[in-house]
Order: sequence, then structure tokens, then C-alpha cells
Amino acid sequence: MDLKNTPISNIHKELGAKMAPFGGFLMPIQYQGIIAEHNWTRSSCSLFDICHMGEFIIQGDYLRSGLDKIVTVNLKEMPIQSCRYGFMLNPRGGVIDDLIVYRVEQEEWMIVINAATVGKDEENIKKNLSWDSHFKNISSNIAKLDLQGPLSLDVLKSAAGETITKLCYYTFDDFMIEGEEYLISRTGYTGELGYEIYAAASRAESLWKVFLEDKRVKPAGLGSRDILRLEMGYPLYGHELNEEITPLEASLMRFVEMDKDFIGKDALIKQKKRVLSKRLVALIADGRRSPREGYKIFSSDREVGYVTSGSFSPSLGSGIALGYINPEYSRVGLEVIIKSNNIQIEAKIVKRPIYAEGTFNKEVSREYS
Amino acid sequence: MNIAEDLLYTKKHEWVKIEGSRARIGITDYAQELLGDITFIELPKAGDTLEQFKPFSSVESVKAATDIFCPLSGEVLLVNEVLSSSPELLNSSPYIDGWVVVVEIKNQSEKDNLMDTAAYKSYLEEVSG
Repeated sequence: MDLKNTPISNIHKELGAKMAPFGGFLMPIQYQGIIAEHNWTRSSCSLFDICHMGEFIIQGDYLRSGLDKIVTVNLKEMPIQSCRYGFMLNPRGGVIDDLIVYRVEQEEWMIVINAATVGKDEENIKKNLSWDSHFKNISSNIAKLDLQGPLSLDVLKSAAGETITKLCYYTFDDFMIEGEEYLISRTGYTGELGYEIYAAASRAESLWKVFLEDKRVKPAGLGSRDILRLEMGYPLYGHELNEEITPLEASLMRFVEMDKDFIGKDALIKQKKRVLSKRLVALIADGRRSPREGYKIFSSDREVGYVTSGSFSPSLGSGIALGYINPEYSRVGLEVIIKSNNIQIEAKIVKRPIYAEGTFNKEVSREYS
Repeated sequence: MNIAEDLLYTKKHEWVKIEGSRARIGITDYAQELLGDITFIELPKAGDTLEQFKPFSSVESVKAATDIFCPLSGEVLLVNEVLSSSPELLNSSPYIDGWVVVVEIKNQSEKDNLMDTAAYKSYLEEVSG
């Protein structure tokens, strides 16, 4: 398969990034090192190239267009310039994708989705959207840069002005940077105060350079982003989520609006009445060794689950993981053994987020009047 | 790429420093660079018997896990226990502070199966294109 490049690929190569395939794109995995980039994001501000992710624009009334049935998000309750995390489900309740819906206007929505699922997401939306609503896949025209870290607000103030302070968590607006207008949302997937900036693909390179001129900002790759999201216990599509897994099993029902109709709702109602076969849990290992995807989880001598993502947590100094486990064994505090061949890792089930010190929903907007 | 002088090397990127009847063993700069940030190492114990080219330790980075193979057969005399809490020494000082074990050499002729610095340099040029 031919890999796609993002609009900033040449800059990554100039910066000496290690590149690898991800979601059909050749993406930067790391620059100076995954742990250094992780630590910089937790203490300062990192810049991520997230241009691989997809964006759709849908125009139409939330009910009449059919969009309300396609996503689990409560569209009715969404103010203009707010965003919400949720899912697109199949009729069995399985997750076609996880996504963020942006309400751009009363009847205009932007949906941000995963890179690897753009094709099937587009197909699913078009199949279920009414004939008189308007759909546009703008993924290849739009670049997305993420500024994440406790200093991201200060960095953006320098670039976009004081008004950026008004943005509350999970809201967005248009802001001027060097004479150009950009949509900026206070969102992210790292657990830190952060912003996602949407730009025309042709503007991506100059915008990247503007941010990197600020010495508080360093580039970070997808390697550190994966550990940051894992420390928060956030799911990654293809690991914790797929079409065979429901939000109920993934312990993500707070992102499913059950007071409305949507594709997959009946399946979830039925599943709620039954005993679940598995449930997503977070785990901390006893030492530095990392549980890895596919390792099995045991309680006493009984196999009770499997790991979906695992890594070393630089914030905690120990191995951490997410995994599916028989619900009988999903109790927080339960000690388990994670095994693979001759590797045995003692671990404990813990609450999510695994790392609880993130600044992501820190109330910064109060200082703005 | 740092290739230390006066050491012997394996094709799996381990190094050996011969000190009389003893061999100090570690992984090369090339190996640590390839692995990225090293976060864990499983160490053998003093008294363990190691065999040439058989795995004796495993090392993990944020990206992957891999075995370390023993360049020379022998009995483990010393283990660098500091690596248990500071495995990052394998990245920052692979030839000095990041040594892994010292073994009592069982069979000196096994040295003939290893590469000297010049041969390892050519080998790296070959494998890294």
C-alpha cells in the first residue's frame, strides 16, 4: 500500500524524526526520544502533527439529516462552538469509530475521525444520511496540529492573542495567527491542557514553524502521544475499540446518549440486560516491565482476560496497560498476573485515569472577562 | 555511531571486553539506538552458567522487547544491578556504565567466533545499508 504524506512530512525529515506507517500515512514516531517528548508534554508544551486524522463536514438539521441517529453524541444539547466525544456504532452496538463532533453552526457539524477508518466512516454516514443533507469529506484539505501541555495556553496567547483564554474545555472558535484565521478547539488526547488547530493544508508548514519558533514548544511524535493517552486510560481505535466491542464493554457509556434514538441502541439495551462477557480495565504493573498487547491476564491460575495496549509509564515509573477482563474479575484493587511465554508481570487493576495529575480540564478561562 | 576500540562484537550487537580470564559484556551503541528509550532489563544472577550465542537477558524499550545473547560461554561473576533501577544507562553509556555482566570465560577459543572493531564496523555498514 502506498503511504500518504502529511503536508509537513519534509519538515519531520529535516528535524531527524523517525518515521513509520500509521493509519495509511508515514508519520513521525519520535524526534529526540519518546520519553523526553512525553516528559516535555507533561511539563511544558509539545507540537504534534495530527494531519492524518479525518474531517467531515455535514450540513443539515440534526434530526432531519439523520445525523442524530448516526452518532451517540447528544447533538440537541450541543451549543454552537462546542464539541463532544462519542461513537458511531453498527446495529450490533459495535464501534465503527470513536470521534469528536463539532457544532460549527446551528445546522453545520464537523466530525473528526481516525485516519484508518475514514473510508468506512464515510460510507456509513452517507448510507444513513438523508438525501437533502450535505456531506463533504475535507480530510485531504485540512491539516491538524495539536499543541498539548500545561504551557500550551501561554504559547497560544503569544501566537493568537489574549482572547484564546476564553476557550473552555471542549469548546472552539476562530482565531487569527499571523493574519490568517484558524479554527482552534480546547481539546486533546494527552491529559494535558491543550488545543487542536485546524488549518488549510497549504498553511500547515508555516503554522508549524510559527509554533516551533517559541522555545517553550518542541515537536513530539506519535510514540509519546500513545503513552500519554494510555496513562489517561483513553482508548485507541483498533486496540481497545473495534466493531466487535461495544461502549458498554469499553466502560464508555458516559459518551452514549441513551435518551435518544441511534443505530446500535437496541443492541446496547439488550446487552445491558445480560451478563457482559468482558469489560475494559486499567492496570499498573508491580515493576518496570511493560505488559504488551496480546499478553494474557490471570487471576490465580485462571485465564480471565487479555491486554489491548501496554507500555512503560514515564510518569509512574512502572508498566501500565489497558485490557479486557471477565467482569467478575474487574474489581479495582484486584491483583492479577499478566503472562506471555516465560514472562510474568504482577499487576493491579486501578481506576482510570491511570495518571491522575493531568491539567486537561484545568479551569483557565476564569481569568478572562 | 560510536564503535568502541579494543572490544569484540557479535552479529546481534553485543560487545565483550576481555580482562584476563574474565569478559565484561554489554550491548552496542547501535543496539541501544535501534531500541530507543530502554525502560527495563531482566538480569541473570551471579553463578548462572551462560552459553555462547544463547539468550541470557531480555531488554525492553518503550517500543519493543528483545533478548540479549551471550558472546562467550562462562559463569556469571558480577551483575550490574544498577541497571534494575536505571536501565537508561544502557542508552546513555552503553560501553561504560551500562555494562550488563562479567563472566569467567569457559573457553578462550570462542573468541574466534566474534568480530573485532574493524569487522564490526564493516558489518554495521552492511546491515544498516
